[in-house]
Amino acid sequence: MTDTTDPVSARRLDGNAAGGPLAALFAVDVTAARSRCAACGSTSALGEHLVYADAPAMVVRCPTCTEVVLRVASREGRMLLDLSGAALLTVPMPVVADDT
Amino acid sequence: MLDNRAETPRVHRLVLDVPGWPGHLPGQHVDVRLTGEDGYTAERSYSLASPPEVPLLHLLVERLDDGEVSPYLTDEVRRDDAFELRGPIGGWFVWSVSADRADREAARRPVQLVAGGAGVSPFVAMLDHHRRLDSPTRMQLLYSARTQEEVLGRDVLGPETTVTLTRQAPEGWHGETGRIDAGMLERRTFAPAERPRTYVCGPTVFAEAVATALVGLGHDPSAIRIERFGSAGESS
Repeated sequence: MTDTTDPVSARRLDGNAAGGPLAALFAVDVTAARSRCAACGSTSALGEHLVYADAPAMVVRCPTCTEVVLRVASREGRMLLDLSGAALLTVPMPVVADDT
Repeated sequence: MLDNRAETPRVHRLVLDVPGWPGHLPGQHVDVRLTGEDGYTAERSYSLASPPEVPLLHLLVERLDDGEVSPYLTDEVRRDDAFELRGPIGGWFVWSVSADRADREAARRPVQLVAGGAGVSPFVAMLDHHRRLDSPTRMQLLYSARTQEEVLGRDVLGPETTVTLTRQAPEGWHGETGRIDAGMLERRTFAPAERPRTYVCGPTVFAEAVATALVGLGHDPSAIRIERFGSAGESS
């Protein structure tokens, strides 16, 4: 285990961090949604994707080929969502919790 | 906010009463948004360290000297102050008794948690939830902290937890020391043959190194869930 990683990759987050911004748009949680990459065709949970939050937009990249899957930004009272890198988004509908 | 107290030298425990809170799952987080007088906003994610059974929300906030959000939360916010929260967030990096009841196949597999520093927060919630509901699921935590006094969640962690101290160990310490590596993972976590469901949380470099070592030991990459909180560790 080493600390000599480059600073950009050390600031890398994952799809869990995109859950908050996307909650403003989606009625259900999307971190458990599975997304198929438009570039390489691989499918993985949004929570497994790589996220770079330092850019002007939050950039979500494919964990397999690192192509941009999704970008989300908010400015001047508007929210911008670019989904052109996601070929298909499959969202699990919530189950009613019963822990009590 | 109801309480803001130092849990360790660098981490404060914030106790929040959130009106209309819909409940949450262990592992979920909230986004804290601060707005300055000039309208500038800063937002950070913090895992919930309290289980769903506790009506108040607990956050463990690590103070980062150059942070935009954490110094305000640890040093400035007082009892009865209010700030903006979004949440609960997340359906991927979660574990709950109800999910195990709904998926008996998955529930037979043990749960391995691996934490670096403040990355232990979601696992404190999971272990507390596990204990309160007397879950039959086998669960272990391997937790890397710098020193013994920086160990978080001591009221919850029990015999299921192995702590390794990376900077300094007190005299008479019989636990692990040094960073988590492949050898320690092999000694202190469920073997690949048990097909554990593994959750890794901590700074990005830590979390990715642990995940790589686990895959090297023969664990199924698709059974490893990671939550990274960047290099600064602003979020936990």
